[in-house]
Amino acid sequence: MAANGAFGRVLVGVKRVIDYAVKVRVKPDKSGVETVNVKHSLNPFCEIAVEEAVRMKEAGLATEVVAVCVGPKKAQENIRSALAMGADRGIHIETDEEVAPLNVARILAEVAKAEEPSMFILGKQAIDDDSNQTGQLLGGFLGWPQGTMASKIEPVSDTAVHVTREIDGGLETLELSLPAVVTADLRLNKPRFAALPNIMKAKRKKIDAKTPADFGVDMASSLQTLEVNEPPVREAGIMVGSVDELVEKLKGDGLI
Amino acid sequence: MLNVTQNLVRATPRLARSASALVIAEHDNSSLAKATRHAVSAAAAVAGSDPVAVLVAGSNCSAVADAAAAIDGVSQVLVVDAPEVEHPIAENLAAAAAAAVEAHGFGTVAAAATVSGKNVIPRIGALLNAQPISEVVEVVSEDTFVRPIYAGNALATVKSSDPVKLMTVRATNFDAAPADGGSADIVAMDAPDFPLADKVKFVSAELSQSDRPDLASAPVVVSGGRGLKSGENFAMLEKLADLLGGAMGASRAAVDEGMVNNALQIGQTGLIVAPDLYIAVGISGAIQHLAGMKDSKVIVAINKDAEAPIFSVADYGLEGDLFQIVPELTEKIAAIKSAA
Repeated sequence: MAANGAFGRVLVGVKRVIDYAVKVRVKPDKSGVETVNVKHSLNPFCEIAVEEAVRMKEAGLATEVVAVCVGPKKAQENIRSALAMGADRGIHIETDEEVAPLNVARILAEVAKAEEPSMFILGKQAIDDDSNQTGQLLGGFLGWPQGTMASKIEPVSDTAVHVTREIDGGLETLELSLPAVVTADLRLNKPRFAALPNIMKAKRKKIDAKTPADFGVDMASSLQTLEVNEPPVREAGIMVGSVDELVEKLKGDGLI
Repeated sequence: MLNVTQNLVRATPRLARSASALVIAEHDNSSLAKATRHAVSAAAAVAGSDPVAVLVAGSNCSAVADAAAAIDGVSQVLVVDAPEVEHPIAENLAAAAAAAVEAHGFGTVAAAATVSGKNVIPRIGALLNAQPISEVVEVVSEDTFVRPIYAGNALATVKSSDPVKLMTVRATNFDAAPADGGSADIVAMDAPDFPLADKVKFVSAELSQSDRPDLASAPVVVSGGRGLKSGENFAMLEKLADLLGGAMGASRAAVDEGMVNNALQIGQTGLIVAPDLYIAVGISGAIQHLAGMKDSKVIVAINKDAEAPIFSVADYGLEGDLFQIVPELTEKIAAIKSAA
């Protein structure tokens, strides 16, 4: 960590996911959901994490922002999005395997040991597997404190931050010693749109290509997906014509 | 300067893994959160005829231990009473849970999928080298579970080969175990090492005060979205919620525009609710919102846009101006209630 009030390097975890606006379809063979010819994007929570790291750099708190991604070849596009938002360089750990949070966290922990960041920021959850685990697992593997579901990150010294978390029923503030892992909630910030010149510039930024084997991590998971099904469909409801009719229906159902 | 502490992965536990389960209690040192009793039901489904224990980690928390011991189906309450766990700090709570697993050989560790449960269970995963399972909605067998993915638009059946299964469970999918009828032994555990105790400190909490029932377990939820236009207009929904003995909820749009507190947000990244009656007012019904409420028993939608996706999941839809409909509905329900 630098002595001039800056923390130093910030790593950001990013994931390629099916775009949030797409209505996913379960494959007929129940092996998963259709992903071919489906729009993919940077996970919305990862965008928030990138934005926060870039803002830290703009505020003189971070010296370098590195976007780290474990995912398929096409995830390069999504790393480029992070670079266009202002990240300085990327690390792509390429794998076509399904990425279980435990294995991703193992890889990210190895990246952290090599890169020596003062902070690792991730999204609180990926909108595909909805696990909400990777940041906590990473903190556990590294033995670093965690500030999950953060809506505010404030430096209090060169070596500590206050993280305000969104908890059930309100907010909670923790003081974390650096290095630490923070996961971003929706209200941490509003991510910027990358301007065209920055998208062009991002093409020249460097992305290191790695594989899980480079970090000694086997991508096989102890959690195996047996099948994926459609959720039960709700029976079609009715449109009522007036408040009186609605009240009658609710009365009939014993709800009022 | 990097301070990577020793990886805390523990050696293979000495004891053979049993089928018994441990539930991590959620509490504020004086009362036990209802979500814990839902987690006890899920844990009992995994444990079968084997015992279910509850871990109460807190400070001066004997009232919570007593409440946990009274839950029907709980056979043992382990208590870690230490200042490091006065607040549910994940790093310290995970250390306590891992110590309990090491000492007692539990085969399953479960917590409700609340913010606190989601914060701590994966942290234990790193300590025990196990891949946690999030938001379990159904227990198929002692190693096979169903969980929603893609904002509830698909259900994955997953099988775990980890010696210790770690899971958060969706409270709305499991009945709460009865609060009384049990008479579990209360056993004090020595506080374990808390290796991160000096690296994470509780500073403050700001909890929104409300006299209304808890949103997560309220029988009726009245929820507002962007269509409400301003925070002041939520007063109209509060009146309806109070009349029905319900709780207030909101869509992300309403929270983002500052109309209401974030603690009211229902959806994929907020709270998941499944009340008997859910009334959605001025909410279009984006995928992310539906993820948080589509298991409600009866859904009523009031919206001026006939094409709003919320109508596709509503049992009763009423198209029109919410500023006319809600007061009229409130008045007519009030008339029925006062006549009864």
